[in-house]
Amino acid sequence: MSEPVIEAREVRKCYGDFTAVDGISFSVNRGELFGLLGPNGAGKTSTIRMIYGFSPLGGGSLQVFGQDITARWRSIRARIGVCHQEDSLDEEISVRDNLEVFAGFFGIGKAVSHERANTLLGFFGLENKSKAPVRELSGGMMRRLALARALINEPDLLILDEPTTGLDPQTRHQLWEKLAHLKQKGVTILLTTHYMEEAAHLCDRLIIVDHGKILVEGRPRDLVAKFVGDQVIESSPVCDGLRKFVTDRRLEHEDLGHRMLIYCKDDETLYHEITRTYCQDNCILRMGTLEDVFLKLTGRELRE
Amino acid sequence: MSTDNHLTWRLLRVWRRDWLVTRRSWLIGFLTPLMEPIFYIASLGFGFRLLIPEVHYQGQTLTYVVFMAPAIIATNIMYTAFMENSFSSFVRMYYQKTYDAIRATPLSVDEIIAGEIMWGATKSLLAASVMTTVLSLFGLVHFPTGLGILPLAFLGGLLFGAVGMIFTGIVKSIEMFNLPIFLFITPMYLFSGTFFPIETLPHWAQAVAYFLPLSHLVTLARNLCLGTITGTQVLVSGSYLVVATVILIPIALRVMRRRLIK
Repeated sequence: MSEPVIEAREVRKCYGDFTAVDGISFSVNRGELFGLLGPNGAGKTSTIRMIYGFSPLGGGSLQVFGQDITARWRSIRARIGVCHQEDSLDEEISVRDNLEVFAGFFGIGKAVSHERANTLLGFFGLENKSKAPVRELSGGMMRRLALARALINEPDLLILDEPTTGLDPQTRHQLWEKLAHLKQKGVTILLTTHYMEEAAHLCDRLIIVDHGKILVEGRPRDLVAKFVGDQVIESSPVCDGLRKFVTDRRLEHEDLGHRMLIYCKDDETLYHEITRTYCQDNCILRMGTLEDVFLKLTGRELRE
Repeated sequence: MSTDNHLTWRLLRVWRRDWLVTRRSWLIGFLTPLMEPIFYIASLGFGFRLLIPEVHYQGQTLTYVVFMAPAIIATNIMYTAFMENSFSSFVRMYYQKTYDAIRATPLSVDEIIAGEIMWGATKSLLAASVMTTVLSLFGLVHFPTGLGILPLAFLGGLLFGAVGMIFTGIVKSIEMFNLPIFLFITPMYLFSGTFFPIETLPHWAQAVAYFLPLSHLVTLARNLCLGTITGTQVLVSGSYLVVATVILIPIALRVMRRRLIK
């Protein structure tokens, strides 16, 4: 296999006394869509910022395209596209100008940037808005433009920091399709998101980080199978009989007071047994999800 | 870690961005320097003429309008670059996240900031050209020495842009720019030989006034407009402005590196 696009070894970052990233190691392979998940303040954005040389490395080593980010940041950045959490578009100027001005930062010539802007406006369905000032765009259109802008240098690596936060389901699904399309063209993508459904749908592999450390790494489906089983029986409210039942049977479960999650293998007999005996109406059997994994590993208390 | 203090001519890419964005609203940028000198001339010519019939400056007797006209250009050079690299740069940095976006491209923080300061100086240059043209229509600019205003505007723009940028690197919120304006810009506007010759001040105040960068900008602008510029003035005041700029720009870069690189 060819060398990884990103190779992070024991990467650290501290802000004063606060350790944001506490020795993270992972690698992202060419053509992979890699997810970086974690609750707020887990160290996701800090990690991403070190990858494209925005923040200096606090410790460890970080190679992108086989080159050291500290020494070769300029040539690395020329091959990376970044779509930030917050929109940083130039609101005063038109959609097309946003793309062409940004192309200028990469030293891309006028003719080429005009050509690329045409392609990207088409790809993201913004042709009709080409001359509109950015401040007139809807939130979804701005996101599409931000993504288009991140692609103006035809990057080999695309870094997306919560690209779908605050978008409606239609726009989100449309962006997923665009990402799948880019992946097909061989672009390596690093993604952070708070939407577990999104991560499960898109990511080839992912890591879940918390308090600056990696909790798990793997393929979404494998993680679900490993940590929650294939299926979840969810009962709400919870009766004492059921509590005693799961404890006696030593079933893997989570008791949330008014609600109980019982993790099980692909086994409907357990579900039928529980519904028959304890809760006829208020018990459901569903597939285990990445969200179950996430909450199980990072806890349910609020962050920040 | 010093990945971000590389300074190359790539800074022109940032300058070009500012130029392209500003070009979209060129009319507002153009009208201000066009109208400002006209308002001043009307006010000084019609209103102040009775109060201040003439001013004695370097052995010459001048009408107040002739005396003031170059100072209008000089103060505008100061305000234009200072405002651009304080309020406007702060908006780009803090609210629009423009610098964050550019820092995902092959540009260093130094190049971004130097490009911004260069843009501020360019705005001073553009405004000064418009103002010089307008004032020359009223016969208030002597040529060819008046053309010297253009390089002077760019140099003064670099200097006051760097000052603005230093405050951008320090202030917590945009309201805090009122402090340097109140403590630094406004006193300079009033006491740098703008409204009256520095020589009319008490000795100690003269010493302070000669220390202010705007005084040197005004001296050069005035003598260029009057056609009385001397080699000594260019050497003394010119050197002062160059030295101050060469000191202030690295400070601006340093302060902004400290603010942006985390």
